[in-house]
Amino acid sequence: MKFIKYFGLLVFLCGLGIFTSLIFLGDFQLKKEALDTIIEERAFKSELLKKQLHSKIADQKFGSVFEFSNTVIAALESANNIHKERQEWDKVVWDKPHTFSYNLAKKAGIGFVKDNKVILWWLTFGLGILGALLFILPNYILLGKPGIKNDHIYHQASTNRGWIAWLVLAYLVTFYLLLYFNPDYVVNWTYILDPISNALNGGDASQWFVYGFLYCVIMIVMATRMYIKYRHNQYQILRTTSVLFFQIVFAFLIPEIMSSLNMPGYDFKNAFPLDYDFFFEWNIDKLKSSGAIGIFILVWGTILTLVIVPLMVYFFGKRWYCSWVCGCGGLAETLGDPYRQHSNKSLLAWRVERWLIHSVLVFSIVMTIVTLYCYFTGASSFIGIKSQWIKDTYSFLIGAWFAGVIGTGFYPIFGNRVWCRFGCPLAAYLGLVQRFKSRFRITTNGGQCISCGNCSTYCEQGIDVRAYAQKGENIVRASCVGCGVCSAVCPRGVLKLENGPEEGRINPTEVLLGNDVDLIEMANQNSKHAS
Amino acid sequence: MEEHIVIIGNGISGVTAARHIRKLSDKRITIISSETDYFFSRTALMYVYMGHMKFEHTQPYENWFWKKNRIELKKAFVERIEPDKNLLHFAEGGSLQYDKLILATGSKPNKFGWPGQDLDGVMGMYSKQNLDALEKYAPDNKTCKRAVIVGGGLIGIEMAEMLRSRDIPVTFLVREDSFWNGVLPNEESQMINEHIKEHHIDLRLGVNLQEIKDNGKGRVKSIIIKETGEELACDVVGLTAGVSPNIDFIKTSGIETGRGIKVDRFLNTNYDNVFAIGDCAEQHEAIGNRRPIEAVWYTGRMMGETLARTICGTPTAYQPGHWFNSAKFLDIEYQTYGWVWAEPKEDEARFFWKHPKKHLLVHLNFDKASREFIGINTFGIRMRHEMFDKWLTEKQSVDYVLTHLKDANFDPEFYKQHEAAILEKFNQEQGTQLKAAQKSWKRIFA
Repeated sequence: MKFIKYFGLLVFLCGLGIFTSLIFLGDFQLKKEALDTIIEERAFKSELLKKQLHSKIADQKFGSVFEFSNTVIAALESANNIHKERQEWDKVVWDKPHTFSYNLAKKAGIGFVKDNKVILWWLTFGLGILGALLFILPNYILLGKPGIKNDHIYHQASTNRGWIAWLVLAYLVTFYLLLYFNPDYVVNWTYILDPISNALNGGDASQWFVYGFLYCVIMIVMATRMYIKYRHNQYQILRTTSVLFFQIVFAFLIPEIMSSLNMPGYDFKNAFPLDYDFFFEWNIDKLKSSGAIGIFILVWGTILTLVIVPLMVYFFGKRWYCSWVCGCGGLAETLGDPYRQHSNKSLLAWRVERWLIHSVLVFSIVMTIVTLYCYFTGASSFIGIKSQWIKDTYSFLIGAWFAGVIGTGFYPIFGNRVWCRFGCPLAAYLGLVQRFKSRFRITTNGGQCISCGNCSTYCEQGIDVRAYAQKGENIVRASCVGCGVCSAVCPRGVLKLENGPEEGRINPTEVLLGNDVDLIEMANQNSKHAS
Repeated sequence: MEEHIVIIGNGISGVTAARHIRKLSDKRITIISSETDYFFSRTALMYVYMGHMKFEHTQPYENWFWKKNRIELKKAFVERIEPDKNLLHFAEGGSLQYDKLILATGSKPNKFGWPGQDLDGVMGMYSKQNLDALEKYAPDNKTCKRAVIVGGGLIGIEMAEMLRSRDIPVTFLVREDSFWNGVLPNEESQMINEHIKEHHIDLRLGVNLQEIKDNGKGRVKSIIIKETGEELACDVVGLTAGVSPNIDFIKTSGIETGRGIKVDRFLNTNYDNVFAIGDCAEQHEAIGNRRPIEAVWYTGRMMGETLARTICGTPTAYQPGHWFNSAKFLDIEYQTYGWVWAEPKEDEARFFWKHPKKHLLVHLNFDKASREFIGINTFGIRMRHEMFDKWLTEKQSVDYVLTHLKDANFDPEFYKQHEAAILEKFNQEQGTQLKAAQKSWKRIFA
């Protein structure tokens, strides 16, 4: 069994190695006709740029995407610089250089990678999936009888912030930096998914298709790990199935199929303000011009945020979204599960959390107000804030850096819910509802707590669960996503996630159950008077 | 000048007392311990060895907590108490004056004079130092090729689980003919025997330790089993044959001791300003069905809560409510509410249900004549403490309890529930026609 496990690891690493090395493979040559098509489609006003591209790129062969990208960006910048000097603002191409270069590179690939899409899919995704499953499935036997299996989590370099964890962090961060800021470098990854993309939506794969596909694959593989690890715990099994379903069907398949039907691709569960560009002009325009379905999406998106989300939080707590439906939550609960113990439990971290997450919520709301004001009035700024500037800033700081690079990249060191805990504006909104108007709580079972600390250690949201449990108090916290792991790891059956009457949900206790009945009553009376 | 309260011992009893005294007063509080700088949860030490947690995770309060709450911590070993002078003397030198003294010194593992019991590699599993020793002598299964555990109680089975987590072969010597059957009824005890073997622990029932042999360098080499004379080579011996009050340094002080420090119902010793709480306290007379010395986390905490009131001017007797306890035997969780003895008393009847395949069982004890519910053992099914506490106070019948068992279910959502099967068996055995009531929030919070 152990042999299979380590053989699987080897296979996985081979797959990952090939996947990574793809970046460096293949040749790039943009045919003149292809270039002309692009130029025509984009209708550049700059003759200079066209000339530059024709002389530097067209029919030239490049040995790597880096060379290709450098040449394209140099051409773009030299043309732009001249136009800027001449103050010919309408001729400047304002694209992000690497996105500009990506669009050309996507049409320019030739040779090894492009000719071997299917084989390379099997050598990357195929080996990766196979290897990971070989690594995970033997746990069914190796972990022994069903039950909590957290042995050696703090002995291993991968899960105890050792060198493996730092390596994974570096890899993930690099991955996100490339994905968000240098998509042209990873254009080879898109080729190997072209066949699947064509089958689903009739078009070639973009870097976002790669990300979406990879996301689903990782979640499926890591969900099998969850199924084995928590096979005694029905709550975990159902929850894992739910996040998997919503990721694959709602976040991935439905939008792809919608775009194949010439509809705007839309993730029906992705609620504003997590879906921060929902009210951006381009999105509203796109939806308005898409007929009935577009209008439906506009109405649905608004109702989702204003009515459905808070109502569901009232009945079930924010867990219905954050750990049963959400894509970010889904990744955190599958890929991120091995790192859940790294969330910081200190009071200081809690303070930082409250400031940060509510600031992001305010930021997203201000941005949306400015955007909508400008959209309806035609102005370019509101209360002194430029619409374009605030959207760009938010997209860059929150959308790319916080949610992606930090949010997922930092899993191995800072835990799997960095984004959900410190950054997600939707989580902040849901949290306010959960804290002040909800039936959800984690009930503490009388006086049974022995302060062991398993609950706090494994709380991915950094809640010091024990601090409440050892006082006999229920846990009612804005940040709780209801993953249920505190209850699972408790060795004494102290914690239960449940929805119940609002009355008595928050229950400050002085003396715990089990002691003299009169004393409990007296002490609790006193504390009520005091507070 | 505020009164100076000195507490010896920074376990759950002493720390609970300190916290509650601080809540109720501005008295000066000092906690003395030679074990660790800060309070930690003793019950969690096993998880550190198993790699579920780091030691710092066993500390329920952040390090700033003590200063913020003006609780002074002193790391020192109290060597001698002079109760007539209100004075403590430290082994490191120096002394400390107190106005009131709280002894919360806890327990120490029992040693019954076995030859070799003080060799290197022989240890209990109680203190931080024990944990460090285990890490030293049993870091892996190459250094420790076999471990022998002597004594079949809660700590014994935990220690076996710890060692198994590092694939160290474990032989578990239990004096009784079935695991913990002085406390657990036969059915429960048998199930745990089975479960111990499922975890590949070499369980030996009905045997005693004869002696521990030296390897010639002061380290354990092997043990001899008394009944069979068998010699088992081993590198670590765990002594887990119960604990007794840690009071050696008190015995000559003039403070009255028996097995523990003798206290009255106000947890007061023979000195007016000296109190004892937790594992080290021995009641002059047992309270209800409880033992005079209760070495349980929960009772230590309750004594701390109670004594704080007395110290702060409201004399309060220690009056624990209904008995409850919990433990985890490898993968099986155990909770108990009220009393279920190993053997039923004469006027008691039992109802027992066990899942045909899984390690799930409930065992209820009730009065034959009045059918009053007396207690429940539950294994693998979590139950609501509040509910059973209430039913015990209301003296509900066993029929009522089983009818409303869904109210007490505390398993996580979506778990398969077994109340129907349980009630069906009860109806069959008792010739009753009880129907299960649906879960009611109203009753739960009534």
